[in-house]
Amino acid sequence: MTGTLAAVGAGLAVIGAGLGIGQIGGKAMEAIARQPEAVGDIRANMILMAALVEGAALIAILLSFFT
Amino acid sequence: MIPSLLEGQIWMYKIDELYPLQMAHYTYLCGDFKQISVHVRFRIVLRYTLYFLLSTLVIQLQAQVDRDNEHQEKVNHDDADHDHDKQDGHTIDNDSHGNHDGDTSSCNPHHDDHAEFNPGATAFHHISDQNVYNIGWIQIPLPCILYVPGQGFDIFSSGKFNADYHGNGKYAYDGYVLYLGQVRRITDPSFPKGLVELKAHSVFTEVEVIDTKEHDKVYLCYEDKKILCDSKSTLDFGLFGGGLTSFHDLSMTKNVVTMLLIFLLLSWMFLSIARAYKKRDGMAPAGIQGFIEPIFEFIQEDVAKPFLGKSWEKFQPFLMALFFFILALNLFGQIPFLGGSNVTGNLSVTFVLALLAFIVTNLHGNKHYWGHIFNMPGIPGWVKVVVTPVEVMGLFIKPLTLMLRLFGNITAGHMVIVIFVGLIFIFGESGANPGAAWGSSIGSVLLTLFMMAIELLVAFIQAFVFAILTASYIGAAIEEHHDH
Repeated sequence: MTGTLAAVGAGLAVIGAGLGIGQIGGKAMEAIARQPEAVGDIRANMILMAALVEGAALIAILLSFFT
Repeated sequence: MIPSLLEGQIWMYKIDELYPLQMAHYTYLCGDFKQISVHVRFRIVLRYTLYFLLSTLVIQLQAQVDRDNEHQEKVNHDDADHDHDKQDGHTIDNDSHGNHDGDTSSCNPHHDDHAEFNPGATAFHHISDQNVYNIGWIQIPLPCILYVPGQGFDIFSSGKFNADYHGNGKYAYDGYVLYLGQVRRITDPSFPKGLVELKAHSVFTEVEVIDTKEHDKVYLCYEDKKILCDSKSTLDFGLFGGGLTSFHDLSMTKNVVTMLLIFLLLSWMFLSIARAYKKRDGMAPAGIQGFIEPIFEFIQEDVAKPFLGKSWEKFQPFLMALFFFILALNLFGQIPFLGGSNVTGNLSVTFVLALLAFIVTNLHGNKHYWGHIFNMPGIPGWVKVVVTPVEVMGLFIKPLTLMLRLFGNITAGHMVIVIFVGLIFIFGESGANPGAAWGSSIGSVLLTLFMMAIELLVAFIQAFVFAILTASYIGAAIEEHHDH
């Protein structure tokens, strides 16, 4: 039973991260379409933000499995 | 942005003349089919088909040999058991596996040739660090350095165990056994020293439930006794199922050997590139220099300069070392049939990398950085009571996420690839259904190829993310004060 609950928790964490990274990716695409010359800066910041969101999700997933 | 490619006109012509087929490959992959003659197109398609069939064949052969060996061992094992039964005059209960009532007088390592394939356990076995280095069927023994508190060091080669390609030792040596590539200590002090031959499958895992948590315990079956085998000590305080046990493993493991290899490779590469810059001053880069220069410049221009401001030159060596070390290890782990060392997917390795980032960040933190943590300017006193603990937690959470992100991404990639290969065993029912195994191996190889292509991208992105986040943390710590 604990295993099942942990899997549900991990899934919930991934939903949150997915929403966050989706927002970042979508907005970055819009920004690139608006200003194609700034593509380098936007890409670097996009990856940085996605990494930060992913970090929160990873902590949630690990906590759900190891506690 | 990439000067080497702009100057590369001559370079392109050279490749075109010297390697027409390679150039045709490039054109083909770019989707420009019409420029290639039908004859060359046919050769390219034939070559890729051959690669594909060969990889399918290799995986299938490995699976086949695996099954045959298991079968052989099973037969031998059964014979041994029958003799044993005759001598003892009592039959061994076949269902005693999983039934642990504290009875250590009789044990039967239950091993079924067509047992249900467990993809999770297989994946964990393949991504974990090992005391032998397996390349296909070739065994490279590694030195084992084991420390037992109160007894001192045991140093020997893991070749003593004479392990098969699963990493299961055929011998016990000085009270140690090799189980799934990892050294375990036999807890019974009366166990004989030196080489002791073990029966096939006499070391086995049992799941025990302690405080509603499942623990894998490894037992050795020797002379009808069931002896507990300790795994090595870990410093995770039991968080990941480890903890302090009766011995410490300080061996040169597969991961250590891979790291040394990568260290030598990178040193050689960068020293030769440095020499090339001296020799070819003012000329277009050549060879490996042309490959590394765009990547190096990308990190310098997009990571070091924007985040570190004026003092970027001071921290650039650290960032470059982090980036290229992680990138090289990520890529090395992706090479198939070469051990697939999961070094950056090992929590200890990423912990040390994150610790270095933490130390460098906080050593160079100026008084504004510490002021923002312990005495945030511009907010009333009662808010500081809430903000300061959060900021102090943030101090440690930053390197923690660095550690977990790299670990999680690389481990997940390796596991998915192992599980895709494991599809062959799931559909083939561990060798009982060869037709389904052959059929599913085609799908499995396609999925694995797809996953490996993604993993190449992930290898680069994760190295880049580690570098850019470290740069941003250092940048925040050394930032000069400016009015809000």
